[in-house]
Amino acid sequence: MSLLKYAAYRFMTMLVTLWVVSIMIFFIINLPPGDYLSNQIAELRATGQSSAVEQAEFLRREYALDRPLWQQYFIWVGFMPGPNGFSGLIQGDFGWSFEFDQPVADIVGDALWMTVLVNLAAVLFVYMVALPLGVLAAAKSKTWVDYTAAFVGYLGLATPNFLLALILFYYGNRYLGLPIGGLMDPVYEGQPMSWDKVKSVLLHLIVPTFVIGTSGAAAMMQRLRANLLDELGKPYVETARAKGMAPARMLTKYPLRMAFNPFVADIGNLLPAMVSGSVLVSVVLGLQTIGPALLAALKSQDQFLAGFILMFVALLTLIGTMVSDVLLMLLDPRIRYGRRDV
Amino acid sequence: MSALLSVEDLGIAFGTSDPVVSGVSFEVHKGQTLALVGESGSGKTISCRAILRILPKKARLSSGRVVLNGRDGRQELHHLTERRMRGIRGNAVSMIFQEPMRSLSPLHRVGNQVIEALVLHHRVSAATAKAAAIEQFERVGFPDPERAFRAYPFELSGGMRQRAMIAMAMISKPELLIADEPTTALDVTTQAQVLGLIKELQKETGTAVILVTHDLGVVANMAESVVVMNKGRVMEAGPASAVLRAPAHGYTQKLFAAAPQIPDVARAAPPLPREDLILTLSDVSKTYHVRGNSRWKPEMLVRACRGVDLAVTRGKTLAIVGESGSGKTTCARIALGAEPPDPGGKVAFRASADADPIKVHAMSRAARTAFQRQAQMVFQDPYSSLSPRMRVMDALTEPLEIHGIGTWSERREKAAEMLQWVGLKREMLFRYPHAFSGGQRQRLSIARALMLNPSLLVCDEPTSALDVSVQEQILTLLEDIRDRAGLSYLFISHDLAVVARIADEVAVMRQGLVVEQAPPETLFYNPQHPYTKALIAAQPEPDINKPIDLKLVANGAGAPESWPESFRFTPDIVPSLTEVEPGHKVRCHA
Repeated sequence: MSLLKYAAYRFMTMLVTLWVVSIMIFFIINLPPGDYLSNQIAELRATGQSSAVEQAEFLRREYALDRPLWQQYFIWVGFMPGPNGFSGLIQGDFGWSFEFDQPVADIVGDALWMTVLVNLAAVLFVYMVALPLGVLAAAKSKTWVDYTAAFVGYLGLATPNFLLALILFYYGNRYLGLPIGGLMDPVYEGQPMSWDKVKSVLLHLIVPTFVIGTSGAAAMMQRLRANLLDELGKPYVETARAKGMAPARMLTKYPLRMAFNPFVADIGNLLPAMVSGSVLVSVVLGLQTIGPALLAALKSQDQFLAGFILMFVALLTLIGTMVSDVLLMLLDPRIRYGRRDV
Repeated sequence: MSALLSVEDLGIAFGTSDPVVSGVSFEVHKGQTLALVGESGSGKTISCRAILRILPKKARLSSGRVVLNGRDGRQELHHLTERRMRGIRGNAVSMIFQEPMRSLSPLHRVGNQVIEALVLHHRVSAATAKAAAIEQFERVGFPDPERAFRAYPFELSGGMRQRAMIAMAMISKPELLIADEPTTALDVTTQAQVLGLIKELQKETGTAVILVTHDLGVVANMAESVVVMNKGRVMEAGPASAVLRAPAHGYTQKLFAAAPQIPDVARAAPPLPREDLILTLSDVSKTYHVRGNSRWKPEMLVRACRGVDLAVTRGKTLAIVGESGSGKTTCARIALGAEPPDPGGKVAFRASADADPIKVHAMSRAARTAFQRQAQMVFQDPYSSLSPRMRVMDALTEPLEIHGIGTWSERREKAAEMLQWVGLKREMLFRYPHAFSGGQRQRLSIARALMLNPSLLVCDEPTSALDVSVQEQILTLLEDIRDRAGLSYLFISHDLAVVARIADEVAVMRQGLVVEQAPPETLFYNPQHPYTKALIAAQPEPDINKPIDLKLVANGAGAPESWPESFRFTPDIVPSLTEVEPGHKVRCHA
């Protein structure tokens, strides 16, 4: 079947998955009793501020929180008209954050792109580090090269991210003059894009990328090494040797190509792991990603904000798996032809 | 004339330990074939890899000289630099391997892999290389070379892959071809055709061949000279005719004695008694739905077996013989109740002569458990059918535990008894499977199958993963046990010579249909069906005067549409199984 058809098919399944995920997210967020506003109303009543209570009651009606849960869901997604007509995720209205008293879109706006940026940088870092090190470790297995790579890798896996962050900030600032905290110099915040701003962002990205990517890179490297070592024992490698191929060319043409499948398939898993893993790091490093906002929203049952962020992470994951599936189709004829090697 | 390749006093060692191969010497002359014969662990494979110096990482040449005296002058391969050695591999000397399924990269097109040797060594353009590859593909018998060039390995059958491997090895016109068990993984008719192809190519190009094999029959068909190896040493060497006619060394004689052969039969056997049948399959068919290549293409129907009627007489052995994909294993699985047949098919089992027959596929839970105690299975690969994490004791007593039979000490006693039955010692109860050889492991899995005192044993190619001498022992053991415990066997095999020894009746299957059925003597004395004839003809005999009749093989092993009129079948019209003499049925148009 053609690649395009397959991509279209995968896109359709992605939409269906996203829909199922939205149901689960909404109902799980609403599992704890009450909601942000009813909690607030109870609190206001207790302290006797009746005017504020009225405003909160108004918001409850405005956002349909007084309706049954299933209706709330449909209104949130935009399948059903709310108090202000159709206005849900599908229509591009992400809702209102009670905690921050702002539209969700305004709160997450920039942070969304920063999140994508930080995590893309981290994914790139993972692949750029893991690919050469993993291949090297496999090709020179059981030599000092392998052991050193493994040692560094395990160190990366074992060090807690926030600790690594603090250490890197300290030494990076002391010896290299790297900036501490944030994703850009405060003067550029809210400024339009400029060359200086990009430079500042890139400079600020170095440490977070390293911190978020290290453990992923270490794990990926070990996986690639193990896969490659398995492949190196296969008969087709011997065939290639018997043909008189030079080792480096042989390695890249045959076994590496085979070992690539799991490597590519990991893209889908890597993205969500990093987004959720980077929440804590973002808090520690003071990065303006959606991580800190998600944490705050979940703590105070700020349901529209939390729901939107979770939907966004789910979308990233689904896009990741879709990209890796399509890449696998391109890479592996056995998948392309829908057959298994016997 | 000096030899093309001479190997003198070759020694190979792993690390610093004692050499695993030592003092091996042989010569190969231009255009001739040398066979390296031995069982697994004899050092034959590693010796031939040492010529090209593609040894495992830890192995090294500890002594010896390897001299190639070919078109590029005299070259001492044992101390060429790695870079110059790469110029030899795939160029003057090329190699084909045992497992065509796994020796080609599944991710690269066949053509790409085949032209590689040419491009590497001769710096030709892609177009020239492709033209050469197409020519080579045509030569090795691809009906559509262009398509083969673009195909991926998984689109080809085992025999076709091995042909592609041969094309790959021959494309740079090597002076020496090393073939490491090139046909061991193939069906016997395919083996005959691939061997024939190698021989033809050799005649045309004058390439010398080193053929590594465990099969003396292959030697007799292919080789001018023979080197017999055992435990890293040469046991006997000489011209094939002399060695095969009068093997001098004890080890060679032992190999000869063990080699299964299709016997010469003087007359047909009487038909088997049919009064007391332990197992009957009647009109058993199995259709699998295979999803099409695409999500949008309709699914395909694969008819694994069609209208099979078979019966096992109590205390006797019924063998089902056929190539891979003939439906023989499906029949066995259905017989054991592991899979249901298509509606209409019936399998009946009769535990004893006077018991009521039970329907294997319509049983209550309790009846099923009882049936499972009566019918047990011995699997093909003793390396993967025993859990490496279970001690022999645990593996053997597990069936008793499952069925809740006996106390702990009784189970243990039974396990020890069964070990002795299969020729192992009771001290071995507490060992793990890795401490056993292939033959011993197969004894273990037979012992496990016997633990529940079954009356029917289904053996699925129980000897095909074993060396010939071990195969001989296992067959003897199976015969002993059958007679001692009054067992009945359903024996699945692809090898007529193995079956000749143990079976009381043979059913030959092809494409899901039984094409001929008779006692083995009758079958060998008077084979009727072209496919049976091909199977018999394809069996390599260790006699230099009885070469494989390739024409007979080609006639019967081709598609059923190409068979003579009276046997031909098409997807729609299938002739029925007709009794031509008592106890001898053939599928033909009467």
